[in-house]
Amino acid sequence: MIRFDNVSKTYPGSSGGLREVSLHIETGEMAFLTGHSGAGKSTLLKLVGLLERSSRGQVWVNRHNLTRLKSRQIPLLRREVGMIFQDHRLLTDRTVFDNVALPLVVAGVRHQEIRRRVQAALDKVGLLKKARALPLTLSGGEQQRVGIARAVVSKPPVVLADEPTGNLDPDLSREIMNLFQQFNQVGVTLLIATHDLALIEPLGLRTLVLDQGRLVNDSGKP
Amino acid sequence: MSKRQRKARFKRRFSLSGWLVRHAQVFFSSLGRLAQRPLGSFMTLSVLGIAIALPLGLHLLVGNLQQLAGNWDGAASISVFLKDDIGQQQALKLVQILEARPDIGQVEHITPDQAMAEFRQQSGFGSALDLLDHNPLPHVLLVQPADPNAASGKIEALLNDLKNLPEVELALADMQWVERFQGINRILQRIALLLSLLLALAVLLIIGNTIRLEIQSRRDEIEIIKLVGGSNSFVRRPFLYEGFWYGLLGGSIALVLIWLASLSLRGPARRLAELYQSSFQLGGLDLATATTVLGLSMLLGIFGAWLAVNQHLGTTEPGD
Ligand SMILES: Nc1ncnc2c1ncn2[C@@H]1O[C@H](COP(=O)(O)OP(=O)(O)OP(=O)(O)O)[C@@H](O)[C@H]1O
Ligand SMILES: [Mg+2]
Repeated sequence: MIRFDNVSKTYPGSSGGLREVSLHIETGEMAFLTGHSGAGKSTLLKLVGLLERSSRGQVWVNRHNLTRLKSRQIPLLRREVGMIFQDHRLLTDRTVFDNVALPLVVAGVRHQEIRRRVQAALDKVGLLKKARALPLTLSGGEQQRVGIARAVVSKPPVVLADEPTGNLDPDLSREIMNLFQQFNQVGVTLLIATHDLALIEPLGLRTLVLDQGRLVNDSGKP
Repeated sequence: MSKRQRKARFKRRFSLSGWLVRHAQVFFSSLGRLAQRPLGSFMTLSVLGIAIALPLGLHLLVGNLQQLAGNWDGAASISVFLKDDIGQQQALKLVQILEARPDIGQVEHITPDQAMAEFRQQSGFGSALDLLDHNPLPHVLLVQPADPNAASGKIEALLNDLKNLPEVELALADMQWVERFQGINRILQRIALLLSLLLALAVLLIIGNTIRLEIQSRRDEIEIIKLVGGSNSFVRRPFLYEGFWYGLLGGSIALVLIWLASLSLRGPARRLAELYQSSFQLGGLDLATATTVLGLSMLLGIFGAWLAVNQHLGTTEPGD
């Protein structure tokens, strides 16, 4: 589902980035991405969502070769990749409902269908009662769950999360991991970047470790 | 595997009704966005209205002057002075001959007595004229060409014909005045054209800049829309409609300004025309001009917005 072939990413005027990373995440897999700050976790996720393009090497997502993807096709790729951010990236002047509906609206989904699917997604993250609220009136954990609902509302085959539990207490963090596992059980491929080793170790899932842009450990490889 | 990979395609569905619904929504919501900040929108629209009204007003002025020149029948008429020895009978006969010509419309005959009476009245030399023992004035024929707007060459030819008649001492056409007037009018016309081009550019820049500021204040929203898979045309659409509204409403304000101006000029223009016994009427906006103005300002609005959005969208592409 996600494949990197010798992918390097350099930023102009910066020593950071990625160096010759190769990896393959199968369809339906759930994997974690760890490493110290500045190791390149966010950079790797950005390459998958085509927020950045690789400097060298090939990136494949859901059988699309991102290196060859034209600008015009980027929106179509992003509809197949749900993204969750540590800073939520919600529209503060729109209700929770409208925020979650956004991926469906931009994809031109019909009105009644939007209503049904947004309610299902909000129900899943336990925020159905807050549908009419504005994001800034919600707690950090609630805002994060709005972001998660938005990422999964269009049922994308791939979901990426960049430190989704960064600011949350252990209980809330476990709750959110629970949600991710539920998505994974219905076949969604997940790649989650996190610092929180204590949280992910008990799950016993595949973990990729980055260090200074290199993939130094991959528990999924035999 | 790689063959299958290369064949990967995105699902794309298109429905006309969905497309219409989306456009209708944006059509009204973009108008609503203008209404959300009434003062700013009003000021921008006023500037646009004035910028569009200036060349439009000049254009109408030129049109009116041209109509005025056309109405000035007397201007193109030819004064024919007959020789001293031509008497009343011969003069009347000549009038008949001339009126039969196809290139001549009307001939007005002024006898020496009539001319003297008019001169006496207008000059104030009444008592001095009494000293003359006979009337020195000749018969005068005022000849109107059949087509008062004919090219000056045609009138010139008629003038020469008249000069060569044996009864004629002198034939004069007061055409210089008309020619100068038309020359000035042509310059005004050119100025109106240049002004239109300049102010069209100004309208484009004003709308482009307004939309650019709007984009700045909604950068985050645009970024998020693109993150969740919004296409460039989805991002562009509300701004294009906003540009459309700026153009349409700015053009409408210009039309209202012009209408008010022509209302306030109508009275004085009629009085002036009465003074000259002219049938001249101040021409206002016709439907064709009004729709052209609205159409052009709408297009300028959409184009200005398009430039501003595309300039911004260029910066949202993923970095290499
Ligand atoms: N847009 C950018 N321009 C220049 N350098 C960048 C840019 N983005 C990231 N970098 C550099 O690339 C390196 C990796 O950054 P990245 O954000 O991927 O790290 P990370 O593993 O996500 O770190 P953290 O855990 O702190 O989020 C860093 O050294 C950073 O300085
Ligand atoms: Mg990061």
